[in-house]
Amino acid sequence: MREKVEAGRRLERAEGRWLLTEAPLLDLGSLAQAARFRRLPERRVTFVIDSNPNYTNVCVTDCQFCAFYRKPGHPQAWTLGVEEVLRKVEAAARAGATTVLLQGGHNPELPLDYYLSLVRETRQRFPSVTPHFFTASEIRTMAEVSGLEVAGVIARLKEAGQITLPGGGAEVLSARVRTRIAPKKGGPDTWLEVHREAHRQGLKSTATMMYGHVEEPEDILDHWEAIRDLQDEHGGFTAFVPWSFKPGHTLLEKWIKHYRGPSAYLRMLAASRLYLDNFPHIQASWFSEGKRTGQVALSWGADDFGGTLFEENVHAAADYVNRTTVEEIVTLIREAGFTPAQRTTTYEILRTF
Amino acid sequence: MPVVEERPLLLQDRRLVPVWEKVRAGERLSREDGLLLFESGDLHGVGSLADHVKARLYGDRVFFVMNRYVNPTNVCVLSCAFCDFARKKGEAGAFENSIEDVLAMIKPGTREAHIVGGHHPDWPFEYYERLIAAIHAARPETQIKAFTAAEVDFWWRRWKIEPREALARLKQAGLHSMPGGGAEIFSRRLQKRLNFTGKADADRWCEIHGIAHALGIRTNATMLYGHVETLAERVDHLLRLREQQDRSGGFLTFIPLAYQVGNTKLVPRQTPPTDDLRTIAVSRLLLDNFAHVEAYWVMLGEETASLALHFGASDVNGTLEDEKIAHMAKAESPAGLAREQILRMIRDAGKIAVERDALYNVVQVWS
Repeated sequence: MREKVEAGRRLERAEGRWLLTEAPLLDLGSLAQAARFRRLPERRVTFVIDSNPNYTNVCVTDCQFCAFYRKPGHPQAWTLGVEEVLRKVEAAARAGATTVLLQGGHNPELPLDYYLSLVRETRQRFPSVTPHFFTASEIRTMAEVSGLEVAGVIARLKEAGQITLPGGGAEVLSARVRTRIAPKKGGPDTWLEVHREAHRQGLKSTATMMYGHVEEPEDILDHWEAIRDLQDEHGGFTAFVPWSFKPGHTLLEKWIKHYRGPSAYLRMLAASRLYLDNFPHIQASWFSEGKRTGQVALSWGADDFGGTLFEENVHAAADYVNRTTVEEIVTLIREAGFTPAQRTTTYEILRTF
Repeated sequence: MPVVEERPLLLQDRRLVPVWEKVRAGERLSREDGLLLFESGDLHGVGSLADHVKARLYGDRVFFVMNRYVNPTNVCVLSCAFCDFARKKGEAGAFENSIEDVLAMIKPGTREAHIVGGHHPDWPFEYYERLIAAIHAARPETQIKAFTAAEVDFWWRRWKIEPREALARLKQAGLHSMPGGGAEIFSRRLQKRLNFTGKADADRWCEIHGIAHALGIRTNATMLYGHVETLAERVDHLLRLREQQDRSGGFLTFIPLAYQVGNTKLVPRQTPPTDDLRTIAVSRLLLDNFAHVEAYWVMLGEETASLALHFGASDVNGTLEDEKIAHMAKAESPAGLAREQILRMIRDAGKIAVERDALYNVVQVWS
């Protein structure tokens, strides 16, 4: 395994399984750091100044892991107008954000023009912000309401000024898992096809994974293989971002009481770094796993510390809240033994601290 | 002794190879080895060495105890620069519990009571003796772990009770074992700098533990780190404990205590988790004559404590139904973590949780 990693050779599925289930955690960290420094020799860890507002919590997809959504007509359902969303973008821009990750429920009442206006107006009014808007399943919703193909929707978004897509909504890209926890969201291909098309049209995106619910190692291997294969086609993924499922206030809470701990997280990060040999970046999340686990994660294959997340509502709906500042992120990265650097949505370095 | 599968260790830092050879052969590590382990960039390698030692002793087992922390008082004559707990008599927030108050805190069935407090200027030694006797009478099932060497030394300073006499009388009253607090960091430089010259120094602290061991009282040992000490001072502290253990042999567990910033702010932030993990690992490797190194979750946080189980820690302390000292310094962990949470902390690391008593007799293996 060590020789393979040092030579940069691709891992087989059986080797991936060993990493996920048997490899000693410290060996895994050591191997993942070797792979990380082979790809990115500098002791630099990047982060982005960003915010994650939402435009609606109305959703018809009823995912069992979600505490954020409300059905249409629910008394707590809300949808923001274009100007209201832009005020959130403006607040983020004023706070120095260069990325706004905007996502929302699947609200069939919203026309395609709504989404296009958000991108166009953000580009026009806040040129310092990259609109990192709309996950794959929202793009599917736009296709349904507009009657366009996914390719057509992406072309319109691109025309409006979009250059990247966030990777949310992948959950675990395995038919078995998605049928179980998100039956109305479609199989893995519904997510993969949107990203394939986006990459084909020259957009960049991230790939995520929400683990720690009903998945088995084989499901994670399916997920990794699907995104590694897609990455071979166009190279459009900038980063892989795993996080643990937070059960608070979700339907799954009945069976899963607590999120998976730090050992599982480090294993996931390190194994991803080794298996996803064609992904430039692996992101550690101070936000979803805690600041101290996030710091340790920088020694388990991650080279990016995520964003400042000035606003976040999805984890918060599951009673999981965590806040930081740019100063604190810089300190956390330094304490972990790395040079902090602010990056853009597409991982260009803006400033080294 | 569980058989540990011999596998080639991944050591990125080749300087660790001779240390690994010694560890594998069960040879004692030197001061230079200790410094290298602290300074090496290879955190995984250092951790793997310590994990090997821990696995050789206990396999995948990790111990915890159902315990209760009790502080009779926070009134203290000292003004240690690192302490958020102490108050002067009459100061806002000062408390003085009666024997009845303390008894009320220890619920029937408590396996271990951990009792430490401030150096109260007026309470006579007899109060403490009566306290132990009263707890022992009311809760015979509870093992009483009480009073740091610093408190025992204070009774000498204040009441001229020789430690040997004090400990013999307390043992007679029902004292079972002693906690390891009050060691702080063995360094004359820091005793002055952190204003604890009025407290038992390294010699006195070790002497009192030696006396306890001779009386058949098992004790723990601690080190307060992550403030203004140097790595060499940490190594010297550990070696001093190892030397004392060679002499008197009664230490059970070593507990590195991460300095809590709280309001004392000797440094702006708590030391990072990578330093905690390394300190646990180096302690496991240097203290070859200690049975256990503990990941004290109240100070580390649950997540770092869970990760420390891969770095040589074989104990996480316990349920700690009240822990005022760290709590007043705003330690992030919620006090009163129930057994379920302790089990999760251990199981999340893929380890087997073993509930123990104060002397590490197995109460129950939680699979």
